[in-house]
Amino acid sequence: MSFKATSREVGDVTVIDMDGRITLGEGSALLRDLIRENLAKGQRNILLNLAGINYIDSSGLGELVSGYRLIKSEGGEVKLLNLNKKVTDLLQITKLYTVFDIHTQEHQALASFKD
Amino acid sequence: MPTKPQRIEVVLETLIESIALAEEMGVRVAAAAGFGDDDQYKIGLAVHEGVMNAFQYGNEERRERKIHLTFVLHEEKLVIHVVDQGAGFRLEDVPDPRNDENVLSDSGRGVLLMRAFMDEVDVVSSAAGGAEVVMAKRHKR
Repeated sequence: MSFKATSREVGDVTVIDMDGRITLGEGSALLRDLIRENLAKGQRNILLNLAGINYIDSSGLGELVSGYRLIKSEGGEVKLLNLNKKVTDLLQITKLYTVFDIHTQEHQALASFKD
Repeated sequence: MPTKPQRIEVVLETLIESIALAEEMGVRVAAAAGFGDDDQYKIGLAVHEGVMNAFQYGNEERRERKIHLTFVLHEEKLVIHVVDQGAGFRLEDVPDPRNDENVLSDSGRGVLLMRAFMDEVDVVSSAAGGAEVVMAKRHKR
């Protein structure tokens, strides 16, 4: 299944709901564009909802990191929500689990932006 | 008496579509070889990463270069070879992406994932001078 993403605003947080695969040339490029579009609109708090993501490759992981760095450099925050086991394993293997703030409940993730 | 290893060889174009195609082949070969769902996913991702590495770094996305993908099915393990037509690289020169100075890098995690998901991973120089990634997954019997 190819990558799909939609954005919604919840308070001052942009939630990006994603489905499918984040891989080279497909999800990676779309995710990058979405993050840049939101930053251009002044939306600096971004919650990436990976509930529908069933596959990420190293390029997709790189895109998550690139987005993280970009948002941080703009003074914003990015957090991850609803990782499945495969994605969790990938983040643990690559040590990215220690980089991202990861949540399992949307309301808790949203509230954490206000800390 | 041990059976002769079965061998499947394909030549892939240096196209982005070849990555998912190779991954799908990896999953199917792994399934046919009797690996379970979890190992099929891991083998598929390792093939995906190996071919993506050949596409991006080895063949530098040059269409005229080819990627040779070979599956060799032994009794005890599945061995996969991914050969590109680039300059080659040494496994020991690949920085560990888990190190503090690399953890926020955009790239460099492919080899780590191959190593995490396969039982054996090595890189040798192919006969033509490019890199040959050789990886194996053993049956859990």
